[in-house]
Amino acid sequence: MNVLIYLVPVALLLGLAGLIAFLWSLRSGQYEDLDGAALRILSDDDVAQNPDAS
Amino acid sequence: MSEVVDFSTFVERNTDGTAHMALAVEGIGCAGCIRKIESGLTKLPGVVDARVNFTQRRLAVDWRDDEIDAARIVSELERIGYQAHPFAPERAEADETQHAKWLLKCLAVAGFAAMNVMLLSISVWSGNVSDMTSETRDLFHWLSALIALPAAAYAGQPFFQSALRALRARHTNMDVPISVGIILALGLSLYETATHAAHVYFDSAITLLFFLLCGRYLEQAMRRKTRLFAGNLASHKAAFAHRLDGNGELTQVPVSALHPGDRILVRPGDLVPADGTILTGASEIDESLVTGETTPRAVRAGATVYAGSTNFAGALTMQVIAAGTGTLVDEVERLLHKATEAKSRTVRLADRAARLYAPVVHTTAALTAVGWLMAGASLHDAIVTAIAVLIITCPCALALAIPAVQVVAAGQLFRSSVILNSGDAIERLAEVDTVVFDKTGTLTLPDPAVDTSTIDPALLERAARLALSSRHPLAAALARQARLRVPYPAAVEEPGRGVRAVIDGKEARLGSAAFCGVDAQAQAPSAPAGTSFMAFTHGGRTAQIAIGQTLRPDAIAVVQALQARGLDVVILSGDRPEAVVAVATQLGIRQWTARLKPAEKIEAIERLKSQRRRVLMVGDGLNDAPALAAAHVSLSPITAAHLAQTHADALFLGERLAPVLRAIDVARRARALMKQNLVLTVIYNACAVPIAVAGLVTPLIAAVAMSGSSILVTLNALRARLTISSPSASEDAAASGSVPKAVTTAEQPGPLADTSMEPAR
Repeated sequence: MNVLIYLVPVALLLGLAGLIAFLWSLRSGQYEDLDGAALRILSDDDVAQNPDAS
Repeated sequence: MSEVVDFSTFVERNTDGTAHMALAVEGIGCAGCIRKIESGLTKLPGVVDARVNFTQRRLAVDWRDDEIDAARIVSELERIGYQAHPFAPERAEADETQHAKWLLKCLAVAGFAAMNVMLLSISVWSGNVSDMTSETRDLFHWLSALIALPAAAYAGQPFFQSALRALRARHTNMDVPISVGIILALGLSLYETATHAAHVYFDSAITLLFFLLCGRYLEQAMRRKTRLFAGNLASHKAAFAHRLDGNGELTQVPVSALHPGDRILVRPGDLVPADGTILTGASEIDESLVTGETTPRAVRAGATVYAGSTNFAGALTMQVIAAGTGTLVDEVERLLHKATEAKSRTVRLADRAARLYAPVVHTTAALTAVGWLMAGASLHDAIVTAIAVLIITCPCALALAIPAVQVVAAGQLFRSSVILNSGDAIERLAEVDTVVFDKTGTLTLPDPAVDTSTIDPALLERAARLALSSRHPLAAALARQARLRVPYPAAVEEPGRGVRAVIDGKEARLGSAAFCGVDAQAQAPSAPAGTSFMAFTHGGRTAQIAIGQTLRPDAIAVVQALQARGLDVVILSGDRPEAVVAVATQLGIRQWTARLKPAEKIEAIERLKSQRRRVLMVGDGLNDAPALAAAHVSLSPITAAHLAQTHADALFLGERLAPVLRAIDVARRARALMKQNLVLTVIYNACAVPIAVAGLVTPLIAAVAMSGSSILVTLNALRARLTISSPSASEDAAASGSVPKAVTTAEQPGPLADTSMEPAR
């Protein structure tokens, strides 16, 4: 059972990393425009910089 | 217009010296719009950043002040095809956004803790029936405590704070038993951990918090969504006033920036932007939004006019007086104050349940402890059993039972164009047995319409095209009839009299009877009271065009449907009896009263209340505001006066009256589901409490029972979506009568068409 000594902290740290990632995304305003984010991926801003595509 | 527009009240300064403004934009509907607006604006020199928030239909712009100004940005938006309305975000809205973020953080922490504690708990439960050593179990218990205690201290704050507030005010709410339950569960578990016992309840306490926070967050999100939407609508409607500055220059300023003492110019066709006294000019004023009276009132210098009236004939200069100093407004304010006080006494269903629940549960727990002591158990065992009773009865399901239904029902209402102002309006709507309508602007459409039946269509078309060149409000109604929306060239408007132009080589005139040389007595004698006339003459042919109030397209069908549901329908109007009786007979309403002052409207409602009736008031005027506040529950069309809107429990959008009917139907079903949910939780407790009292509750049973009941109640609430939406299609068809089906606001004409944030979907 000694394996628990490091497995449990590893599991907890992974969970904690998820929590911190969520709090960070909340703070950086990623949940303020959920519908907009869904539509923005359709815009071709990044493609337009390529001279071949328009 | 060369007039200067002053946006300064909406502009904020960033720390780096750039200016910032928030705008509500009409007509954002697709991915292309985001790109068009953002790239269109950032192309302008001086604009630092433009960011569209699609969910909120809002735009945030930052710019350098020395290179560009706010007016240029708004006009650029208009050029690319979007109407933008600057607004100053309300304090309340910012607070709500802050609160929502906090709840979401609490939810994240509780979710993280719940998952990890449950991981450890399941290991312990399976270990207890196999070969786990007591040292490992202790380690797992301590780990659980390490996660659960800080997490609960952080994520439980919304409940602890609310419970504390309630206790300080010397009453209880649902959060009191919740907080007691959670704190006791954690305390007991900590003690049991320290004494190496087998049973701890960390997982139950933290999972409970997680579920409750989910409910709390959803409820808050619903409120925030409707508030956002209402805020956008308000900014779309917010008018600009023409302020006369000291040197005689005209500046366009937002109405919110007007101060008492300012001199303003009100052009014909404009809404009066603020209460004030007239300095110069004479005109006719339509006060139907203020008093319900449909005949225009003649005003001259010295007269007092109220915000929300429409100026018909001549340009006026007026001096703004402090809001609420007019005699009528004063009276309305005083009545409002009284009515709102009386209303705060109604108790919400959830609070009623909580008042019953808390004492019963706490007594049961105390009796359990006493019972076990008398039966000879040790003090430790008796207290542990009593706390187990408290944990298992912790009103998780009860706290979710009502909000869950409210959220689902509010979503249903939102989709059928009803915006709730207060969450408990649904409960009160369901109890209604009498519906009181105001007439002007509620049963009838807010804007006058043309009676087209008596006029030659060719002549009408010419008159309507000529009307396009006029600013008069009646002409605006006529202009809507024009099929070819091109004004005649060289049309001249003579203020206060009419418009003239040369059509096909002959002079045409539209306006007052005298202006057109038409005999005023020749008006159609059968015209209903309250009808106004415009004369039209063209090359010897003349016509009298009747323009008056018309019923909302589905008013008759809706009133019949309401009566078919056993509701009494009453009209209380401030208009003349002739005008009211015509509408009442058309709709088949037997009870009506006319020429009521605001105080008399309240009296009429109080009389109905004293007959133990639950009154739904539907009204839009300033004069209706006290009655709206006094009634059991109230609805306003979105075109209503500002004061009426703030005192209504819900607003409905669009031209049709059907949302009133739909609101009652949805509310009735929602209330039935709420009661079902309450019964479900009572059944759950009836099963769980005897087990707990008998001392048989293990942490596993507690976790299964509590999560199970919460999920059951939430699923039952989701049933509202099915049961409410399925019969609606047929009801809508029935209510709309002859009108083609146009349920969503997006399909409706007028300025509202583009403001549909969610209801369109």
